[in-house]
Amino acid sequence: MTTKIVIGLDGTETGERAIAFAKDMAERIGSCELLVVYVIEWSPFTFQTPEENALRHKRREEELELATARVVNPAVEALKSAGFEARGIVRHGDVAETLNDITVENGGSQIVVGRSSADGFKKRLFGSSTQNLVMHAEVPVTVVN
Amino acid sequence: METLKKLSLPAFAASLMASAASAQEAAGLDDKINQAFADFTGPFVSFIFAPFPGTGFPWIVGWLVIAATVFSLYFAFVQFRFFGHAISLVKGDYSDPNDAGEVSHFQALATALSGTVGLGNIAGVAVAVGIGGPGATFWMITAGLLGMASKFTECTLGVKYRNEYEDGTVSGGPMYYMSKGFSELGLPGGKILAVLFSIFCILGALGGGNMFQANQAHQQIAGITGEYPGWITGLVFAAIVFAVIVGGLKSIARVTEKVVPFMGVTYVLAALVIIIMNADQIGWAFGQIFEGAFTGLGVAGGMVGALIQGFRRAAFSNEAGVGSAAIAHSAVRTSEPITEGFVSLLEPFIDTVVICTMTALVIIITQQLIIDPATGNYMLNEAGNAIATVDGNTGVSLTSAAFASAFSWFPYILAVAVVLFAFSTMISWSYYGLKAWTYLFGEGHTKELVFKVIFCIFVVIGAAANLGPVIDFSDAAIFAMAVVNVFALYFLMKVVRQELASYASRLQSGEIRKFEH
Repeated sequence: MTTKIVIGLDGTETGERAIAFAKDMAERIGSCELLVVYVIEWSPFTFQTPEENALRHKRREEELELATARVVNPAVEALKSAGFEARGIVRHGDVAETLNDITVENGGSQIVVGRSSADGFKKRLFGSSTQNLVMHAEVPVTVVN
Repeated sequence: METLKKLSLPAFAASLMASAASAQEAAGLDDKINQAFADFTGPFVSFIFAPFPGTGFPWIVGWLVIAATVFSLYFAFVQFRFFGHAISLVKGDYSDPNDAGEVSHFQALATALSGTVGLGNIAGVAVAVGIGGPGATFWMITAGLLGMASKFTECTLGVKYRNEYEDGTVSGGPMYYMSKGFSELGLPGGKILAVLFSIFCILGALGGGNMFQANQAHQQIAGITGEYPGWITGLVFAAIVFAVIVGGLKSIARVTEKVVPFMGVTYVLAALVIIIMNADQIGWAFGQIFEGAFTGLGVAGGMVGALIQGFRRAAFSNEAGVGSAAIAHSAVRTSEPITEGFVSLLEPFIDTVVICTMTALVIIITQQLIIDPATGNYMLNEAGNAIATVDGNTGVSLTSAAFASAFSWFPYILAVAVVLFAFSTMISWSYYGLKAWTYLFGEGHTKELVFKVIFCIFVVIGAAANLGPVIDFSDAAIFAMAVVNVFALYFLMKVVRQELASYASRLQSGEIRKFEH
């Protein structure tokens, strides 16, 4: 049976270390699929102007395209050329919640993320996405420094 | 067009300032323009607001209430049957996670609400209760509950017949369901209705959605700082509106869109606190509302007076049947247009049944309306056309005094809220007007810029002068939208019924179900 490992990227260099760790793990396990996931921070409960709403679909497509082209595809290609089985997923939502949902949907057994680089007021108030993920995920989470 | 493009913002502002200053000097000319405008538009205004013969009941209010009743019956009280489902939709229970990132039901509802919640909920209710007595509240709630069915009908159609363009943007609203819906049903005249609606929508956007708001915002600010020329407020507002709708300065709009709901919630919470502080009066207040609804309690005009005021307020406040919400809701991408209809039926509920009722309850409970101890009826003021109030307050100042009797600092919050509500209403209506404009003249950067600049100029005019006739005219234009819109809805409502039947059966069979979140 193929083990599925989910790698959560945030577009920063900590993601590289998460990928390196997942590669190492995949080599040890053997039959392994790596799911490279990028979550675009988004909430359905924000307030927007009518014009923003009208342009939303276009913006969404652009965001998905950008994240796929800049972050996910290069990582997937690199993994494939290194001989790993890999696939990319980009989705909007709350980072921690969505990473967990995607993992559960795809039958992933483990999540690897880089340590969050976010800082400041919001983090103090709500905790970082990484902290939320560690606390609420339904599978083991590895946070790579 | 070239000159418009070359005109920089400071130069534009300076030219406006110059014209505003000279307008002040030539007050006589101002009066002449007002008079000429009033003479020209008078017949239209008096036609729209004409009463039924022998009564004081404007036929346009009857038109909206009858439409709301017809839609309620035709859809077997969809507003009650699907109320819970509407809340589930807004919570996102039925949202496919793969569609995350599109406009959510919550966002569409919040955007449409910020266009309707405003002065009507604060000042308008005070006028209604001040003239019609507590009983007006009962009729206002009744009309609000019925109006939910009108919103449901127009917003479902708005999404169903919107235009989607190749670049992914959307345009929708009554003009699109009139032209596309009528031709689909093989009916003639859809295009004519659409053009008529668009003209009224542009006028309504410049008037009720702009000048009236700017004017009232200035009144509020001047009420705190002391009198100063209105064109100063107008210029500041115009500059901010210009920065948002022309300059694309989204941050201001975003801040407003976040602060406005916060203000709305603060307002309702403050009202609730006052009501709870006077908990022993709640039973009495509702007694007054029910008794007043059917007897009038000595109010000018009696029971009919209460009914007229209540119906009027609900119709003016929640815009059900006017067609504006259909434009706002059509931005949502959904495979089921009817889900937007369900969500939109919450608007009259929140706007009228919740917020307006709160205002009315606070005014009644804090006993701003003076009761004659001898008869137990309300005392009329000296003119005999409204109920006597403590300190003789009316409109916004009546609401303000009612809240101030519990929290002395509340009038300041209220003034800020009114200004912000006015601003968000202007932003919403600038969009509604723009959609009507592009329907008539086509999409394109220059064409859109022309409308946006006109819109900003009207902000200054609205704040600068007390243009009674112009404001009458713009209110009339908003209701003229309703005349055309409701007429079209009667023909198109069977389309909505098919959608409703299909959706209801799929919901029943479990084909449409909640997603695990």
